[in-house]
Amino acid sequence: MIKLAYKSLTNRWQSAVLAALAITMSVALILTVEKVRREARNSFTQTVSGTDLIIGARSGSVQLLLYSVFRIGNATNNISMESVDDIRDRAAVDWLIPLSLGDSHAGFRVLGTNEDYFSHYRFGSDQQIQLSSGYLFNDLFDAVIGSQVAKKLGYKLGDEIVAAHGTGRVALVKHERQPFVVSGILKPTGTPVDSTIHVSLQGIEAMHIDWRNGANVKGAGTDAETLRSMELKPTAVTAVLVGLKSRAQVFREQRAINTYREEPLLAILPGVALQELWNLMSVAEMALMIISICVVVAGLVNLMSVLLAGLNERRREMAILRSTGARPAHVFQLLCIESTLLTFIGIVAGLLFHYLLISLGSVFLQERFGLSLNLSLPNLRDISILLAIALAGLIAGTLPALQAYRTSLSDGLSQRH
Amino acid sequence: MIDSESNSSEDAPIAAGNRGKAIVDISNLSFTWPSDSTPVLQIDKLQIHQGERVFINGPSGSGKTTLLSLIAAVLSATSGSIRIDDIPLETLHRGHRDQFRADRIGLVFQQFNLLPFLSVSENVQLPCQFSSRRNTRALESGNSLNEETDRLLRAMHLPLPEIKHKPVTRLSVGQQQRVAVARALIGRPSLIIADEPTSALDTDSRIAFLDLLFSEIESSQSTLIFVSHDQTLATAFDRQIDLRTINRANVENHMATGAS
Repeated sequence: MIKLAYKSLTNRWQSAVLAALAITMSVALILTVEKVRREARNSFTQTVSGTDLIIGARSGSVQLLLYSVFRIGNATNNISMESVDDIRDRAAVDWLIPLSLGDSHAGFRVLGTNEDYFSHYRFGSDQQIQLSSGYLFNDLFDAVIGSQVAKKLGYKLGDEIVAAHGTGRVALVKHERQPFVVSGILKPTGTPVDSTIHVSLQGIEAMHIDWRNGANVKGAGTDAETLRSMELKPTAVTAVLVGLKSRAQVFREQRAINTYREEPLLAILPGVALQELWNLMSVAEMALMIISICVVVAGLVNLMSVLLAGLNERRREMAILRSTGARPAHVFQLLCIESTLLTFIGIVAGLLFHYLLISLGSVFLQERFGLSLNLSLPNLRDISILLAIALAGLIAGTLPALQAYRTSLSDGLSQRH
Repeated sequence: MIDSESNSSEDAPIAAGNRGKAIVDISNLSFTWPSDSTPVLQIDKLQIHQGERVFINGPSGSGKTTLLSLIAAVLSATSGSIRIDDIPLETLHRGHRDQFRADRIGLVFQQFNLLPFLSVSENVQLPCQFSSRRNTRALESGNSLNEETDRLLRAMHLPLPEIKHKPVTRLSVGQQQRVAVARALIGRPSLIIADEPTSALDTDSRIAFLDLLFSEIESSQSTLIFVSHDQTLATAFDRQIDLRTINRANVENHMATGAS
């Protein structure tokens, strides 16, 4: 019977290929969409990783996350340097990254920080920020730019950047007297780091040294050489990222900071806040899911229509089989073997096609969106999706078989023209 | 056509002598389609004996296909009895009717008898796959299934061995029909039913085809029911039955439902 099914199938290979292709496409698409969805979620929730606490002035946790990590919106208040030093001195604290925000350049945020940022900041699965060219802060006016900044604005090493006071895109007052020079360009990360211009905290101070009441003071101002020789000490930062010596201490530290007496502070767990933020955006995720389901349904309908259309062409074949003694059960079996075979081939080909898509697409996605897709064995969810498709394929194949079961022989005898 | 009674019977249902036991024995048969109220086929008595070669004709819609379907147990009679090779069909259940057909009846259709994706030999051997009775009987006559297949193909004057390796779609229509006969004959079923097997052939091949069919039927002791429009073939048969003369059902009714 299997031999018969196989021969019959190879005889109609075009429509068989079409039917298998329908399955292949839907399997490949749903697996790929699933993968991208999962990776997008992963990469989002790992925009910041390795950081145990984010600390800022007291506000909401999502707001703090938005301005400290995503560079969206503004802080309501700063943290004084005394508080930062207090936090740094706590026994549980391993490292601390100060973040100073508030200036921008051509719509990109300028972030004042120090070298700790580059050595301790992590994203994704423990990935470090890496330079693609140039060097980190050597001079007061060095700026390290993210990959998107370099790409969109076409900056190369050595180009000058003039930061503007404030964060809008409209004409702002510019810190023209203290232009920064691009000293390094970072590799793409797929996080807001890509659209950030990093300068040193001292650089931020230098920019504002002649700044009084929202404007530059009159006259030539302090020249660069004098600034370089000055001891610039920032008095406040916008937020700090903290790494603890042991993750077990995270809740105790959080409580200690939230109840800090000198200044009202807020400490949040980045993972929890990111999850919260993602849930706000779950509509996009739902849309992806709905698309994948539609794709699978379309694939199955396609399989069924190919099988049903084939059945009409094959009525004679069925009639011949029945006239030579094949029972309805045989015909039924034949069609079921066929749809099983097609579904199976479709799933295997779909899996291969999925891997092909991932390996081809990962380069592009990494470059464009910093989304890293790794080839991985199908997980439990994928396997259950595949099983569901297999089952639906079999059911789709059974319907035509049931029809053939009913009609096959009477067709043959009355088929005359 | 409408008034079947005025049609004088030629050699109506007279039993054709004492040629042996009745392979087909029909009495008081009536068949009505489930959706109709009046029967399309009503036959009081029809007997076909072993070894007989019977020619059945009648205009399209006269109930030929219905009669063949009843004899082959594709349809079951509304009332009356059909005995084929001493088996009363009305006592058979669905599955048994399939087994009965596989075991005892060889069918040849008008055309497109062969599965295009099987070789000539595989096509011929199909019935032996589905019926162990025919498989056993095929082995009785030849040595192996392949030898019996070759013997039948040779008897049908098909050029061996080259024909065995050709795709069946490359055979001429006449050759295809002869392969179909070889398949119908394998395992010596009691009854061969040929439904317009020659309509796709030209006149010369028709006669050659009939000669081959007859001689093989003769040697395998089978019985043949041959349905055709073509009156010129009738004389070669033992008996000719015009369905209009034995079917008492209203013929008009037939036109509506019988043919497709």
